[in-house]
Amino acid sequence: MAKYTLKRLIMAILTLLLVACLTFLLMNSIPGSPWVSEKAPSQATLDALNAKYGLDKPLIVQLGKYLENILKGDLGVSLKMQQNRPVLDIIKEMFPVSAKIGVFALLWAILVGVPLGCLAAYNRGKWLDSLLRIICTIGVSMPSFVVASLLLTGLGGNDQSMFPTIFKASLGVKSYVLPCFALGVYPMCYISRQARSAMLDSLGQDYIKTARAKGLKNTAVIFKHALRNALIPVITYLGPQIAFVLCGGFVVESVFSVPGLGRYFVQSILNRDYPLIMGTTIFLAAFIILMNFVVDILYKVVDPRITLEEGGN
Amino acid sequence: MDDKTLLEIKNLKKYFPVKGVKGPGVQAVENVSFSIKKGETLGLVGESGCGKTTLGRTILRLYEPTSGEIIYDGKTIYSGGVNMPLLDKQGKQVLDKDGSPIMREGKKIAVDMMPYRRKMQIIFQDPSASLDPRMTVGEIIGEAIDIHKLASDKKEREEMIKSLLSRVGLNTEHANRFPHEFSGGQQQRVGIARALAVKPEFIVCDEPISALDVSIQSQIVNMLEDMQNDLGLTYLFIAHDLSVVRHISSRIGVMYLGSLVELGESYELNKHPMHPYTKTLLSAVPVPDPEISHSRQRIVLQGDIPSPMNPPKGCRFHTRCPYAKPECAESVPEFKEYDKGHWAACHLLG
Repeated sequence: MAKYTLKRLIMAILTLLLVACLTFLLMNSIPGSPWVSEKAPSQATLDALNAKYGLDKPLIVQLGKYLENILKGDLGVSLKMQQNRPVLDIIKEMFPVSAKIGVFALLWAILVGVPLGCLAAYNRGKWLDSLLRIICTIGVSMPSFVVASLLLTGLGGNDQSMFPTIFKASLGVKSYVLPCFALGVYPMCYISRQARSAMLDSLGQDYIKTARAKGLKNTAVIFKHALRNALIPVITYLGPQIAFVLCGGFVVESVFSVPGLGRYFVQSILNRDYPLIMGTTIFLAAFIILMNFVVDILYKVVDPRITLEEGGN
Repeated sequence: MDDKTLLEIKNLKKYFPVKGVKGPGVQAVENVSFSIKKGETLGLVGESGCGKTTLGRTILRLYEPTSGEIIYDGKTIYSGGVNMPLLDKQGKQVLDKDGSPIMREGKKIAVDMMPYRRKMQIIFQDPSASLDPRMTVGEIIGEAIDIHKLASDKKEREEMIKSLLSRVGLNTEHANRFPHEFSGGQQQRVGIARALAVKPEFIVCDEPISALDVSIQSQIVNMLEDMQNDLGLTYLFIAHDLSVVRHISSRIGVMYLGSLVELGESYELNKHPMHPYTKTLLSAVPVPDPEISHSRQRIVLQGDIPSPMNPPKGCRFHTRCPYAKPECAESVPEFKEYDKGHWAACHLLG
């Protein structure tokens, strides 16, 4: 286990390094610069800024300096969005907002998606299965901004209404409902489809017949034997999904004006705020890697056949 | 062995409906009738896809029968689509003008299987697939004990699991392991221990050895025989290997395309097979003597086994039977007792 964790850790660091380099190079290949705006600053100002942030140096030098700073735990300061504020501070402020919405979105997605999937599998081929299939197909194929916009136009209102259009933390639970719902629709439908096929698979297995032959009640057969075995694909999907959803549904946050990481990420790209883009990307990448690791550990808990050590039985 | 009948099935049918196809669908089991006496082993042979496994599972009502009757220990546990003579209030048959009894469809009976799950068990063909991969061996066996509340406390439960494991030749420490940590033969032993956990009277052995290595096969067969002697079990032993079935069974039934074509004492059936299909099967059993092997006549069937979705009219075997007569294609031969205890369904015998 220790050996496995160490190996994963080294791999994680290498992956992050690669992500950092790739983002840096990609970013520099996009036309434009942080200093392009309607009111162009004077050449002297530009020179001064470039010198300050090292933007006049060769690319490779910039990259080297940036990586060096990351290793020191310094993600740099925002160039444009919140000038001179450390990126780390910004992430610290934005992430909890996104995470809160993300957690609730995923929670309802799982709590509704898994039972719906089981229900569909159990009623395979009947009208309920078809109905759920239609709903889930719509849910999976509808982009989240469409869902969000539909919810906004259909239900949204002012601050006093049940579902305020513009997110305000001061309004409490009310303002979380719509963003959480919009963010959870896709995962819910996806999980339900996954759970359905996994359930169908495990319901057809011989050990289900064994359980029935033992005299076990139908509900016990389904929950104790079939569902436990059907959860593995769902967990696989959940790993990266948790990272994405917690770091902010980019678009959903924009639609509801949630001051979260996702919205900030999109805006930082539009504004060419290099350190902020880099910081958020690396944060997201690290989070995905972490979640994948957690999922691998969870596999072991869910399925005893999986061993984490290489060359294991 | 006493002569008490433990299990009787009458005209049992199991059809699987097929989507988008009209008609009864796959006719996996068609009109099968036989009875098993207490303490005996009835072997069931036939080529793959002939409905042996379906029959075994339908008897235990793991599949719900389409029609027919299942009677266990004198009690009807399933009855459906069976015609019964209409009785008047005095219990006499009501006759029509010609003097023949008026028939009506009997009441459908489908009892709760829970009490019978204790008495009737099954050992599955694929040991690795039939054990829940997420449970330890102890949990797998213990669950059966829990369902039927066979242990009064935790200690007794542990003791029962341990004794079951040693009964099937496993170590008692194996209870904490998962199925995938065992070899195929050991997994099948777990499957047997699991079936034994509820102290059953009747076990359907659904090809319990065909997934195993030859050297392990004989171990398991011997173990099943020992258990039968010690515990007085009754077996329905399903296999496609005639030589194994010959060894373990007191009587043998031969199935072809969902129907029972011949049933008789093991020795009789081997010495004097009646049905052409049984003769064919017997001629295909390898003989470990090259001289006999060369001199004997092999009957090789032509063509493929017909689809059970659209079985041939009349005798189901007539399309491949080397001796088929015109009437074979027209009417279904009756399953009749031609010799004492020797049944067959063939027009040629009539």
